[in-house]
Amino acid sequence: MRHPDKLLWSYCCNTMTIETTVALAPTERATRLLGGDLTERALRLHLEGLSGVDAVGLEQRAAGLGTRSIKTTSKAWALDRIIELIDLTTLEGADTPGKVRSLVAKALLPDPSDVTAPRVAAVCVYGDMVPYAVDALGSAHAAGTDQGINVAAVATAFPSGRASLRVKLADTADAVAAGADEIDMVIDRGAFLSGRYGEVFDQIVAVKDACRRADGSYAHLKVILETGELNTYDNVRRASWLSILAGGDFIKTSTGKVSPAATLPVTLLMLEVVRDWHRLTGEKVGVKPAGGIRTSKDAIKYLVTVAETAGEQWLSPHLFRFGASSLLNDVLLQRQKLHTGHYSGPDYVTID
Amino acid sequence: MTAARLAIPKTYKLYIGGKFPRSESGRTYEIVSSSGAFLANAAKASRKDARDAVVAARAAVAGWSGATGYNRGQVLYRIAELLEGRRAQFVDEIVSAEGVTAAAASKQVDAAIDTWVWYAGWADKYVQVAGNGNPVAGPYFNLSTPEPTGVVAIIAPGDSLLGFVSVVAPALVAGNTVVIVASEKFPLSAISLTEVLATSDVPGGVINVLTGSPAEIAPWLASHADVNALDLAGAEDLEWVDLQISAADTLKRVLPPVSGIPSPSLDRIVAFTETKTVWHTKSLL
Amino acid sequence: MPSSELNLAGNSFLEYAPAPESTAILHLRDSYGLFIDGDFVAGHGKSFATISPATEKHIAEIANANEQDVDTAVAAARRAYEKTWSKLSGADRGKYLFRIARLVQERARELAVAESLDNGKPIKESRDVDIPLVAAWFFYYAGWADKLDHAGLGASPRALGVAAQVIPWNFPLLMLAWKIAPALAAGNTVVLKPAETTPLSALLFAEILQQADLPAGVVNIITGAGDTGQALVQHPDVNKVAFTGSTAVGRAIAKSVAGTGKKLTLELGGKAANIVFDDAPIDQAVEGIVNGIFFNQGHVCCAGSRLLVQENIHEEVVDRLKQRLSTLRLGDPLDKNTDIGAINSREQLERIRELSDVGEAEGADRWTAECVIPENGFWFAPTIFDNVSTSSRIAREEIFGPVLSVLTFRTPAEAISKANNTPYGLSAGIWSDKGSKILAVADQLKAGVIWANTFNRFDPASPFGGYKESGYGREGGRHGLAAYLQTATAPEAHEGAKK
Repeated sequence: MRHPDKLLWSYCCNTMTIETTVALAPTERATRLLGGDLTERALRLHLEGLSGVDAVGLEQRAAGLGTRSIKTTSKAWALDRIIELIDLTTLEGADTPGKVRSLVAKALLPDPSDVTAPRVAAVCVYGDMVPYAVDALGSAHAAGTDQGINVAAVATAFPSGRASLRVKLADTADAVAAGADEIDMVIDRGAFLSGRYGEVFDQIVAVKDACRRADGSYAHLKVILETGELNTYDNVRRASWLSILAGGDFIKTSTGKVSPAATLPVTLLMLEVVRDWHRLTGEKVGVKPAGGIRTSKDAIKYLVTVAETAGEQWLSPHLFRFGASSLLNDVLLQRQKLHTGHYSGPDYVTID
Repeated sequence: MTAARLAIPKTYKLYIGGKFPRSESGRTYEIVSSSGAFLANAAKASRKDARDAVVAARAAVAGWSGATGYNRGQVLYRIAELLEGRRAQFVDEIVSAEGVTAAAASKQVDAAIDTWVWYAGWADKYVQVAGNGNPVAGPYFNLSTPEPTGVVAIIAPGDSLLGFVSVVAPALVAGNTVVIVASEKFPLSAISLTEVLATSDVPGGVINVLTGSPAEIAPWLASHADVNALDLAGAEDLEWVDLQISAADTLKRVLPPVSGIPSPSLDRIVAFTETKTVWHTKSLL
Repeated sequence: MPSSELNLAGNSFLEYAPAPESTAILHLRDSYGLFIDGDFVAGHGKSFATISPATEKHIAEIANANEQDVDTAVAAARRAYEKTWSKLSGADRGKYLFRIARLVQERARELAVAESLDNGKPIKESRDVDIPLVAAWFFYYAGWADKLDHAGLGASPRALGVAAQVIPWNFPLLMLAWKIAPALAAGNTVVLKPAETTPLSALLFAEILQQADLPAGVVNIITGAGDTGQALVQHPDVNKVAFTGSTAVGRAIAKSVAGTGKKLTLELGGKAANIVFDDAPIDQAVEGIVNGIFFNQGHVCCAGSRLLVQENIHEEVVDRLKQRLSTLRLGDPLDKNTDIGAINSREQLERIRELSDVGEAEGADRWTAECVIPENGFWFAPTIFDNVSTSSRIAREEIFGPVLSVLTFRTPAEAISKANNTPYGLSAGIWSDKGSKILAVADQLKAGVIWANTFNRFDPASPFGGYKESGYGREGGRHGLAAYLQTATAPEAHEGAKK
């Protein structure tokens, strides 16, 4: 008969001891919260100690927020604000410089029939398309400032993330060098689901480092969790928390290539995380639902959810974005209806 | 030929909290046979005895209701085994008290034991029959189960053994504890039964037996705030409507008087249960 | 500055522009009679006005049933029972109930508006909770009408006869459905009295019964105050009394029917504990606490009015709760964005105020959400009392308003004993991610409905009702049928009455 202590010891040898020796990249946020000796074990204990999520309750709350009725002045404000929060996106294998220029033109002048329509926050493209986007924007390129439109690039072997770290970092650095203001990276879901939180963490830290420009400034880092592959809300909460600890400026739901993409409950949950982070540290982290938000009606539900969860101050491009392509045109149709009093049609908005 | 042996008469006392006290009032009353011969001085319980009995019954609720149905069933079945062993004693008692034939008394004892066995078997089943899952329109687990209501006060119907068993057993099966006022006229079998209980695995306080005047004791039980239910089975000749009115002060569950002996029924078990419905969210996420 | 900042003229997006539900859908009469024997008839008592508690504006004049009217209504129900309803097959009774369910769905919006207008509850609740449940209740029991032999109540259970039903003002139409649907399915006829302050939806329901062509007298709806209700439950020719309301009135009814052989079910008050353990899913627990006590302005007998929170997360929970309450929107019940509507009556408002003042005087820490209280009508802002002691009146008495008492515990055993330390026993909540703990705690709570990781859920298939002074009998589910049937093996309620 084996001694119980031996059983315990062999368990430790196989799993725990390895983790305890693995030191992680000591990000400022993580060391502040978890202490100086940042190890994989400390990170695991922290993530597993987070409060659980009851899926039914979460989904009910989201559904409740979805029943808010936004009318007249509130609706007008909401529609314009949605546009200002959009990362206008094209992420196709068939993307060309011409397609990107067309996207940028749409971003600059969403509604040729109404110049009061605001501009979107950013255009979001694959890394190799960044130079074309920057070029097309010209003087309207915000380049990280509040004036104009930013260029966001997906990186790190988007959407699957299945590449060596070296390739992911090169992918990132390339896009930043080409003028990307924002990097939308994907986490390694395989590593996350197999419990290798430290690996996921270190990769985010490394990608953040690759966002560093020659002048010492950083491209903004959005961390895509691909919640559709994380399976549980508990995982979404842990991955959100992990991404924030690793230094993400934004946490983003999805690549748009996996179904389900953004959902209201998942976004609500991520907003609860950034709200809690703010309560804890005073620091504000952004949230970006992406994929599947196609109508103004849906987008307004997200605005309501942001306002009633993290607070109205989050309804700013610095803290909230929609990753979307077709949403913009629906908002423009609604905008036209609001201004003219009659329903508009698809031929009265431009395709990009 | 030797002289007949001088018998040793039994002292009949109350049964409270697993002990056999005399009435705190010191009172007794005379029990006589059908022919008028002296049988015993039974304790004449007072309101304070009733109070003590309720305290004992309340203290026993957690243990008895917390036992598994399987366990309660076995403990109750054990009583039947012990009763069977004392058949002769109960038959004798009934013959002398009620003045019935030995055959009739035998029949009553058999029926009492069989009733007891019938109810004992329900202990681990009534929840299945009286409870059920509920198909609610939402992502919820939802289950209704009957649970014992707590302390049940009972006015026993007026015959020796069968009436007593027919009201005590169903209340016990679900996990309630009982304070029962035995038949005023024929209390001796009930007391003899408590002697069986005292040597069985039924925890003290689960059954508490008072003898004396139901008319005097019942109002104190009906109005007692720590009694959850009132079985008026044997109260037909009392001012039972007043008892029911009094019981309404704390909204006790009340079963009305019954003519004769209540026949074995699941409803008597369910009458002293509360349906508890538990919801829980269900999700894979 | 983005142009859109200007559109709200400095106002907060969170305030949202008014989004009132239109009342054009309502076609109310100036006055309503009593619904007896299939027709609206004049009452012999002094009529009264029903008002909107949000504006104190007059809605309609309502007839008042006196003893004579009660007698007429009971006689109509008796006639209908003997001549019509008891002769119908279960299948046909079911068909009438299905019809009613469909008609409720068809007129759902209208009923929701009427309910919010008359009761003061937010339209989103009457629209999304009350009225859909009303339809669901009729659908559920419609299907039982021809399956009573399978209800586990013995072979061929029999109807009781005429049911007298008295319902409260907190869920006017839903409580009507809880009462009428099982009664009719089981084969009884009904005389129902809605609450004095909320008769409107019941009278619209009477119109639905006419559209359903329900035989005259099967359902009679008589309006009036407490004395009407008293006359109804005490009427010698009713066989069944069902009451939902306060424990005090329930007690009086229990006394008045003692010895009559009338079958009685009571759904009374509560002081539910909502127990939050430190391993709870915290965001959902906070939502559940809010829903538990602020749903329907706390006018809910099963409201989670006592928050029992584990000591080590007490501050965090209270903090999050306050933050969450700050986003609740109090105001026009007909506005689709209103979370907290009006208190149903001046009397109720006075009671809430009085008990809240007691809470403050007894030393609890009072916190009230900041919100603008409308000038007219009856309003009470969501309020939390923290550091409440178990002996405080606000921890023991039912306030029936948007007032939460916060108490703490250290161990599950302490939580259970505090939760059970009340004469009531209607409902309870448990919040924890640990399944075995939830089941063990649920086992030991003395409450008829226990919500684990959720609160205030209702379903026609799910029995509802209390332990101890919260009443007896169950409404909903298979158990709800038993309240309206005489089963073959049941101890005869009448047997003792022959004395």
